[in-house]
This record gives sequence, C-alpha cells and structure tokens, in this order.
Amino acid sequence: MAELQNKISRQFPGATFEDGEILLINIADAQLHDLIKTLRDEHGFDYLVTIVGMDWKTSMGCVYYLADTGMSRFVSVKTQTEDRDNPMLHSIADLYRIAGILEREVYDFYGIVFINNPDMRRLFLNIDWKGYPLRKDYDVNDAANAPSIENERQSDLTQTWVELPDGKVERREEIVFKPEDFVVNIGPQHPATHGVLRFRTAVDGETIKKIDVYMGYIHRGVEKLCEDLSYMQTLHFMDRLDYFSAHNYHHGLCLCIEKAAGIEVPQRAVVVRTLMDELSRIASHCLFIGTFCMDLGATTMLFYTLRVREQVLDIMEKTCGARMTFNYDCIGGVMADIHPDFVKDVKELLATLEKNVAEYNKLFTGNVIAKNRLEGVGILNHDDAVSYAITGPSGRASGWACDVRKLVPYAAYDKVEFEQVVRTEGDSMARFKNRVDEILQSKHIIEQLIDNIPEGDFLAKVPKVLKLPVGHWFQVVEGCRGVFGVYIESDGSNKPYRLKLATPSLNSAAVVDHITRGQKIADLITIGGSMDYIVPDMDR
Amino acid sequence: MKEITTKSMPYDAWKDNEYIEKLVNELRESGTNVIVGSLDKLINWGRSNSIWPLTFATSCCGIEFVSLGAARFDMARFGWEVARSSPRQADFMMVAGTIVNRMVPVFRRLYDQLAEPKYVIACGSCAISGGPFRKSYHVAKGIEDIVPVDVFVPGCPPRPEAMIYGIMQLSRKMKVERFFGGVNRKMNRKQYLAEHPEENC
Repeated sequence: MAELQNKISRQFPGATFEDGEILLINIADAQLHDLIKTLRDEHGFDYLVTIVGMDWKTSMGCVYYLADTGMSRFVSVKTQTEDRDNPMLHSIADLYRIAGILEREVYDFYGIVFINNPDMRRLFLNIDWKGYPLRKDYDVNDAANAPSIENERQSDLTQTWVELPDGKVERREEIVFKPEDFVVNIGPQHPATHGVLRFRTAVDGETIKKIDVYMGYIHRGVEKLCEDLSYMQTLHFMDRLDYFSAHNYHHGLCLCIEKAAGIEVPQRAVVVRTLMDELSRIASHCLFIGTFCMDLGATTMLFYTLRVREQVLDIMEKTCGARMTFNYDCIGGVMADIHPDFVKDVKELLATLEKNVAEYNKLFTGNVIAKNRLEGVGILNHDDAVSYAITGPSGRASGWACDVRKLVPYAAYDKVEFEQVVRTEGDSMARFKNRVDEILQSKHIIEQLIDNIPEGDFLAKVPKVLKLPVGHWFQVVEGCRGVFGVYIESDGSNKPYRLKLATPSLNSAAVVDHITRGQKIADLITIGGSMDYIVPDMDR
Repeated sequence: MKEITTKSMPYDAWKDNEYIEKLVNELRESGTNVIVGSLDKLINWGRSNSIWPLTFATSCCGIEFVSLGAARFDMARFGWEVARSSPRQADFMMVAGTIVNRMVPVFRRLYDQLAEPKYVIACGSCAISGGPFRKSYHVAKGIEDIVPVDVFVPGCPPRPEAMIYGIMQLSRKMKVERFFGGVNRKMNRKQYLAEHPEENC
C-alpha cells in the first residue's frame, strides 16, 4: 500500500492520504476521473465495490470503494464539493458500467449531479419527489411527499449534464426510448419478476432491444431509518433486506460494528454464526431452485426443494425462535445459545442433502426442455461481470472467482476447507448449476464445523450504550447472492452518522439490460430468474 | 342461523367471536325468507370453500405465503391453492409485505380490478401499520387508508399457521354474508342509519 501511495502522490500532487484498514485517498473533483482511471488501468483496481453518497453538513460528496478482482487489496477514494444548492461531481460511468446506476442512487438520495453520466434520472423516488431524503436537513414528514392513490407522473425523458470544451456544464434532455420503439411493460405486479420490479422492454418482434429497469416499488428508506437508531437497533433491518441471507447480512453489520468498537467475539459464537450462514445458504439456494424451475413451468420442483428448506427452517426456529427474520446475530456474539437438538438436527439434514440434490439434478438439470431454455442464454462474460460488479454464484458462473469467504476470510472460514464453484460459460445454466453445487459446498463446510463447536460463552460483554469512536469502517461478507458491503461512518455518538448497505441485487438488476439484448422476450423471465435478485434487497 | 364455524374446528376454538356474533345477531333480528335463506346458504357454502388468492407479494411475508402453498402447510386442503396472477380472476388479495409510496397507486389499481365480491387481508405488521418502517419517508402507514381491510394477520412475518387462521376467519365472514342483500330487512332506512351512524354516507 505504501508503494501505491508513493506512486499516486507523485502523479497527483493534490491528493492527501489517510491510513486505516483501507487506504483513503482524498482528491479534488477535477482529478477524480483521472485518479480512478489510473487506479483501474495501472494498479488493477477493476472492481467498483460501491459508491457511498455522503452529506457532511458543510460539504457533500462520495466515497468510492475499489478492489482488485482477487480482492487482495482495497482502496477508497473520497471527493467532495461545498456547493449544497448545486452539487456536481464528475462521473466515472465510462470506467465502470455499474457506476451509472450507483451514481443515480446517489443523485436520488443527495441530489449530487454527476457530469457526463448519460442517465441522471431519479432511481427509487418519483420524478416529482420534493427534496433529497438522505440529506441531513431533509424533512421526513413533508406533506408534499405523502402517499397518493393518483398514478405517478411518467416521463420518457432523461436528463444528462454534459461538460463543454470551455469548462461550462450544460443540462440536456434526452429520450430513453426512440419514438419508433415498441415498448412492453412488465411488472410491477407480475408473478415471475420475483417481487415488485418493473421492466420497460423495447422489443422488435420477439427480440429485446433495450430494457429500462424501473425500481423503487419497495424502497423503504432503511439507510435513513438507521441514522435515527442506536447500533443495536439497526441490526433488525438486516433481516428484512434480503430475507434469505438474514444471518449473513446480520453477520456483516455485526462484524463492522465489532471492528469499530474493538469487541472480540467468543469462538463459540464465531462458529455458530458460520454454521447459520451456511444453513441460510442451503435454504436460500433451495428456494431459488424451486422458484426458478417454477418460472420455467416445472412447478413440482418447488415442492421438492421446499422440503429441505422447511427442514432448515425448523433447525433455525428451535435456536432463533422464528422461521424468518431471526435477529440472531448481535453485537458481540449471538442472541442465544444453540438448542440442545441443534447438532442432531443438522446431522439429519446433512444425511439427506446429497440424495435430495441428486434428485433435483435427475428431475430438472438434465431435462431437455431445461437445457434448451438455459444453455447459451443470457451470456455474461468475465469482463462484463467484473465491470458490472456481479458477484456471488452469478459472478462465479462467468469465471470470476469472487467468493469473499475464500478471498477475505472472516469468521471461521479460514479454518475450513471448501472450493469456490467457478464455471466459465456465463449462461443461465451455469448460474443455476453453480447454486446447486454450492449447496454441497455448504454441506462440506458444516460437516467440518458441526462436531467442533467450541465450548464457552456465546456473547461477549458489550456496553449497554454502545458508542463508536469517530471514523469510518467498511466490511464485506458473502451473502447468498453475492458481496454484501457495509459502510459505517460515526461521529462519536451512539447512532451511525451514515450507514450504507451495498447489496448485490442492485447490480444483478442493473445487468439485466445488458445480458438480455438480442435475446427473446420469453427468456427475460429465465434470465432474470437465474440472476436471483431479491427486490427488497435492491431497493432497500 | 347457527354458530359460524368450519367442520374441523369447534366454535370455542375461535379467538374473536364478538365481531362475527354481532353480524349474526343483526341477521337474526332482521329475519329471513326460507327459500332465499337456503339459497344464500348454498352460495356461501360454495364461496367460502374456494377462495382464490391473487399472487401479490412485495417482501418477506410473500415467502411465507409460498411456504403456505407448498406441501407442508398445503393450503389446497382448504380450497385456496388456486393463486391467480390476474386480479380479475381472484377473490381476495393477501397484502403480504410493505406498501411504499410508489406502490400505492399500483396497489389501489389492483384492488379496483378485483371482481366483486372482493376481500383484503392485511398480512404482517408492514401492511397493518407500516411496521418497523413506519417512520420512513417512503412507506404507507398501513393499507387501511388505501383500501378497506377484512382481516388483519399480525406478525413479522406471520407464521403460515397464522395465515391459515386469517384466511379461515375470512371464510367465516363470507358465510354470514347475505348474497341477496337486505331484501327482508324490516327496518326502514331512517332507523337503520340512526343505529349505524358511522355508515352514514
């Protein structure tokens, strides 16, 4: 990192550095684009983890988190502007394809305009929404934004700010679809969009020309809510984002807070958390197989896969007290000790798992209809997967070994043996097979841990009122659908000043436009299904 | 009219009988014609045993609704398994999940598209009051402001058993309904309105 710092400071004399677990580079907006381009091209930071919009009251800006594809190095870049009425920064949408939609999110929440971003519409909120909700001076109870049963105003126009050669910035209006395009609306109420997601699809006959993903139908403003709650209270929202990765997301936020507060978690809790994460993964992938096959018309598969899922939920219920929304991981450990039957029940589950997976494969994977619908459909190549930051099983289907459990081990993952399931085809079938295989890898992890749960406390002593020191922290964990990032900025009080949740589903939805172009409209459902996005996870 | 219950469940096992009993008393007082009453009974028997839900789920509760449809909880036992994707074919709407500002007009339109007679179940704390997201800038504080609700099922998310209980309550409510309306009502309009001031319209 020191070497990187030297090189950057020689090339960009204006840059200042803050050391920490992740190197932070402060840079003026004018040099931002060049710096990030240098980082990407010369230093291999080709994975944009997230863009965190920030309001520091005196100034506004962004923190960019970058990593290399092997996730061995992380770096963050911070830039800010003091103009609150008309904040503008330069876009990096031409460097990372995912940046376009991440910048739209920042614009929606903070009103920061990104110069040269081709599509600067609001992302989650109506076009007539008043104010920018994550600004610190926003009025939450503004009557102008009250819910109304009148249809929201729709517009086909988008806006973009372009920098002219003389340095002036000009606002331009552009049209999303061409006047001759035939646009079909799919969603938000559609049984196969897996939630309330809307695709505006331009078609030429049956071939898809362009998709405009329209989200926000379940945007609940979790990040803003968290700013008003103590650290302990923020945890329960993690259950309700991606409700299949409830344990994993809890784990991520807990790790971030524990890192900041310097709390050491007892070994028993570390192992129990890991076990719960892997059990969630089994349950999540089982439901994926069921619903995905149902999208293709194979309804019976749902009954087969939910059998295993119910078995996992029973184990969870005995220990956590709930079938979903467990709220089990807490700061310093876990909420309660495992149930006396836990080990026995898990072993029973593992004993039948392999047989069940073989049955899924026999029923569905080799089926000729499934093969025709999935093989060679919706291909995402390796470079696009990195550029769109598609992680998790979907990213690994495109040949990108991006498993955080392996690359940046946390909890007990450095003590167990397992393989990253990587395929190179990048099609729907590869994404499907990856998830089936990951069930068996999870089984392998659990087998190694289940007999070696250390004795001892399950919860460390944590002060009742937890205050974090001034600073910021970033943590990534592997959710069931990809990399889940948590960014916490603290001003020294018992509430987070900013809590950013970087979720994998937003990226999976953003890439749908890219991978469906030129495909048939009937395949939109299978491609979307194979990306396995969870809508509350992308909208937050 | 007898006690309103289902075959498999004794009357005392129901938790909140006051509401249903109030409805039953009202019906008893107004009396009924034997032929029309028997017809009503027949129609309600059919209706209350094949309630078709609309596939409508926005978040976590929707996954429990999927579990309800699968083999373990098996809502096909009660005749509810025919989940329809089009509101025009459905009898009731299980509002499973948070309704946010952007969803409100869509949700209202779906409700308007349901064919009469239609029912709504508010499932989970988000649909009832906004739940954990009540203080948010982009969440409707309960769906009762948007559509009339027949049954509230509390929980976050409610267990599938709770959902079964909720839909069974809905089926009881259907059983006391008069398909042929108040044709036998002996009360005149003025008297009725005096007794039901909240229904003045």
